[in-house]
Amino acid sequence: MSAPAPAAVHYGAPRRVRYRLLELLLILLAVLASVVAYALVGLGAQNEIPANVYQYGGWLLALGLAAHAVVQWRARYADQTLLPIVTLLNGLGLAMIYRIDIAKGRLEDGGGAAGSQLIWMTLGVALAIGVLIALRDHRVLRRYTYTAGLAAFLLLLLPLLPGLGVTINGARIWIRLFGMSFQPAEIAKILLAIFFAGYFVAYRDSIVLAGPKFLGIQWPRLRDLGPIVIAWIASVGILVFQRDLGTSLLIFGLFVAVLYVATAKRTWILLGAVFFTGGALLAAQAFSHVQQRIDGWLHALDPEMYNREIGGSYQLVQGLFGMANGGLIGTGLGRGRPDIVPYSESDFIIASLGEELGLIGLFAILMLYVLLMARGLKTAMLVRDGFGKLFAAGISFTIALQCFIVVGGVTRLIPLTGLTTPFLAAGGSSLVANWIIIGLLLRISDNARRPQEEFHTGVLGTVRQETEEEPSPRRRRREEQAGHTGTGQTPAGEDATVIVQEVPGPEGSDPRERGQA
Amino acid sequence: MNKPLRHLALVALVMFALLFGSTSYVQYFSAQSLRDNPLNSRTLQQELGRERGPILLADGRVVASSMPSESSTYDYQRVYGGDGVDPAMYSAVTGFFSVVYGPSGLEQAENSMLAGTDDAMFYRNLTHYLTGQEPPGAAVQTTINPAVQEAAWNGMGGQRGAAVALDPRTGEVLAMVSTPGFDPNSLASHSHDTATQAYQELLGAESRPLYNRAIGGNLYPPGSTFKLITAAAALESGQYTPETELDAPTTLELPLTTATIRNAGGAVCGSGGRATLQHSLMVSCNTSFAAMGMELGDQALREQAEAFGFDEGFTMPLRVTASSFPDELNAPQLAQSSIGQYEVRATPMQMAMVAAGIANDGVVMQPNLVSSVVDSTSLDVISDPSPREMSRAVSPETAQQLTEMMTTVVESGTGTAAQIPGVDVAGKTGSAQHAQGAAPHAWFTAFAPADDPQIAVAVVVESGGDAGSEASGGRVAGPIAKAMIEAMVNS
Repeated sequence: MSAPAPAAVHYGAPRRVRYRLLELLLILLAVLASVVAYALVGLGAQNEIPANVYQYGGWLLALGLAAHAVVQWRARYADQTLLPIVTLLNGLGLAMIYRIDIAKGRLEDGGGAAGSQLIWMTLGVALAIGVLIALRDHRVLRRYTYTAGLAAFLLLLLPLLPGLGVTINGARIWIRLFGMSFQPAEIAKILLAIFFAGYFVAYRDSIVLAGPKFLGIQWPRLRDLGPIVIAWIASVGILVFQRDLGTSLLIFGLFVAVLYVATAKRTWILLGAVFFTGGALLAAQAFSHVQQRIDGWLHALDPEMYNREIGGSYQLVQGLFGMANGGLIGTGLGRGRPDIVPYSESDFIIASLGEELGLIGLFAILMLYVLLMARGLKTAMLVRDGFGKLFAAGISFTIALQCFIVVGGVTRLIPLTGLTTPFLAAGGSSLVANWIIIGLLLRISDNARRPQEEFHTGVLGTVRQETEEEPSPRRRRREEQAGHTGTGQTPAGEDATVIVQEVPGPEGSDPRERGQA
Repeated sequence: MNKPLRHLALVALVMFALLFGSTSYVQYFSAQSLRDNPLNSRTLQQELGRERGPILLADGRVVASSMPSESSTYDYQRVYGGDGVDPAMYSAVTGFFSVVYGPSGLEQAENSMLAGTDDAMFYRNLTHYLTGQEPPGAAVQTTINPAVQEAAWNGMGGQRGAAVALDPRTGEVLAMVSTPGFDPNSLASHSHDTATQAYQELLGAESRPLYNRAIGGNLYPPGSTFKLITAAAALESGQYTPETELDAPTTLELPLTTATIRNAGGAVCGSGGRATLQHSLMVSCNTSFAAMGMELGDQALREQAEAFGFDEGFTMPLRVTASSFPDELNAPQLAQSSIGQYEVRATPMQMAMVAAGIANDGVVMQPNLVSSVVDSTSLDVISDPSPREMSRAVSPETAQQLTEMMTTVVESGTGTAAQIPGVDVAGKTGSAQHAQGAAPHAWFTAFAPADDPQIAVAVVVESGGDAGSEASGGRVAGPIAKAMIEAMVNS
């Protein structure tokens, strides 16, 4: 545990100003790049700059500036790169969706997918702003650990309700409400991140230490294992009942990531992977759609598989052909034929971008995701409280994993599953959920990088009092049962500040480190 | 918790590294093979946005061309036939151009030229692009002589099989027919459903119309036409002349087995169990050739067969499947192989090359189907292949001796059905057994005129065709060969 001790460093006002100034500049750049991409699409596909380019640019700029202003107001220390990165991703996605709209002649019929995507983006930015304004301290969320878990569970069940759930392309992961379809799993993944973080931060010690030792592995007690088994059942359940390998993999990945960060037990990760692979293999045996996905992946280029009406590899192979057509430098925006690929504006937007922007463009986009993931995990490292760490790590890793599942699927690295590419793909639920994630990450990073002394002057002080310095008697009892022999003055495990963790003695706050000593 | 966090970051980085790898693989390393994949309709789509070049017959008539299309999907529709040209007659030459299944036949072999994307047209295309035009594809002029092709097609009628005619002096393919043929127009439909249905019907048909039997498919045992190669090997060995007397029993006992070799219909060849090499070829004596083959050994036979082109595929520019002479023969297998049975397999193209080689003083010319490729707009010749020697199969003396022997086959042997008044025809018949109880395949290979050869042909009619078990190579395939020769010589 050699985390830097932010409190020991004195952050002056200049640094805070520098953060925000840099953010503003980068947002302006991101908006500029997005608008140029939009104009190039028009030029490439229709030989004219779209007539509404100024309104479009103005709208994007307004969204970017609004988000920036709220960060300046409510989260002055927040990471300066998060907003620009997702603004650019969202803008590139919009340009490509608009491009597909042109190719499919959807603009003449009014609207098109790009128009609604812009509306969803606006809603997403508004919600991210809402998070920043309403949520002054992310640690509040910890109170709702079980509420979030329950809500996530219910949301995941929603598509199975008759009358509400809709089956699209064989996957039952959508609900239709007031004529709009929504993917509850996108919101559920945020709630699950809260649940996993809250649960593990409370129980990680007992999970790690209290169980029996067997085969050289410290096994958890049966009752501590409960939620873990529930998570496993939930992800396999999604696979089986909703036929969605992608969401299932994503949820399980999120779970394993949080579990690992909480416990640092590699053996369990291995167990988790074995469990999931086992479940997936069983599902592959038992359910034809999973088997088809795997066949379509292994034998994608077989003409027979390609021409198969249901569960064939047509989409995947067309995506590959499109990307190959783009080659190193791409056909140029508006100059390729990305519309040949089914779902080229949503599930396969990566193939569309690969075709028109080339390998170089895809590398740039992937680098944006790498940066986003890195900044998120950096935030997790900087933030002082255990819940914040687990939560930030969970949602950041989710973005990376989602990228891996989608792009890996499209490029035939892994079997294809139906997940959206964060911020790029057309799709309201995904976009809104990801903007909320950015709002939360901004909030956590503000907390992480805020100088210690500001906590006492700000609104955060009261929150801190409740949640950290006065653990409830019930919880303290639980802690002691779990073999925690601390003095009771130590804040419950993970809630200890980094400063405390840095001086682990025999009476130190981190039971794991003591155990190792 | 920061140490596991770093591990998590490492895992995420590894995942991204894999993505950098997989995107590079798709868009860079395997991009070319994906672009060339026959399923890739993008390439096709680009090609269909341009006027594809026509395929022409030797007389300049058009057998395949592109017409502006009314359907909105693609700009041009491929059309076969018209102008008195039956598209099915030429299906073995043209192949088809399907938006669903890609090109086949000459459409595939000359695809880059027809599509106008060949490197040879790079500078031409550059000027077209600079002036904002879509460059049309190049015209491919074939060597197909419509008269010979028609004679072969009509001669085959409803029978299954194939016929090939070569110019022995140049290797030009004068005719190539595979029956049953098919109408490529149905496959060229822009409607996915129509094209798919047509293709599936052809693919599923028991008569296998999509096989180009002349140069591929399942190949045929050449039967007695292979005796030309056995005779060539004998003459080349220096130990035999056409007058050499051979053992020609009614039944040849084979070593190592109870099987025997008999002559067709149990006939006797020669007198007193002896016959000359020339007489043996004339009456197609099995026992004497089998015995001589065992004397010569499999090595000599294989070398002779390979000198005529066996065991090696080639392109003309259509891909011709390699005919094969089996490896590792024991004595009875060698005896069978000497008369073109056992596991000897040949394409009609290969047997036409044997006749052409003998006709051309022992030199086999590389078969070639394309006489020139011409820019459709400027009429500049883009490529103009000149005749190429493929191999020297036999010496001119041996070729002369074989020619004389083959002439007697048609004059007074098994091939009298191919006699043409005023023209000396050199030929060889064959009846190739291929399955228990089935009528043999009827073969005829020939060239004419014997003293100044202009055409070499090979015809095979599967399972005796309409004549069935009554069939012999001379009676069934002979008249077809004769019609093809007449079409050439009398024109």
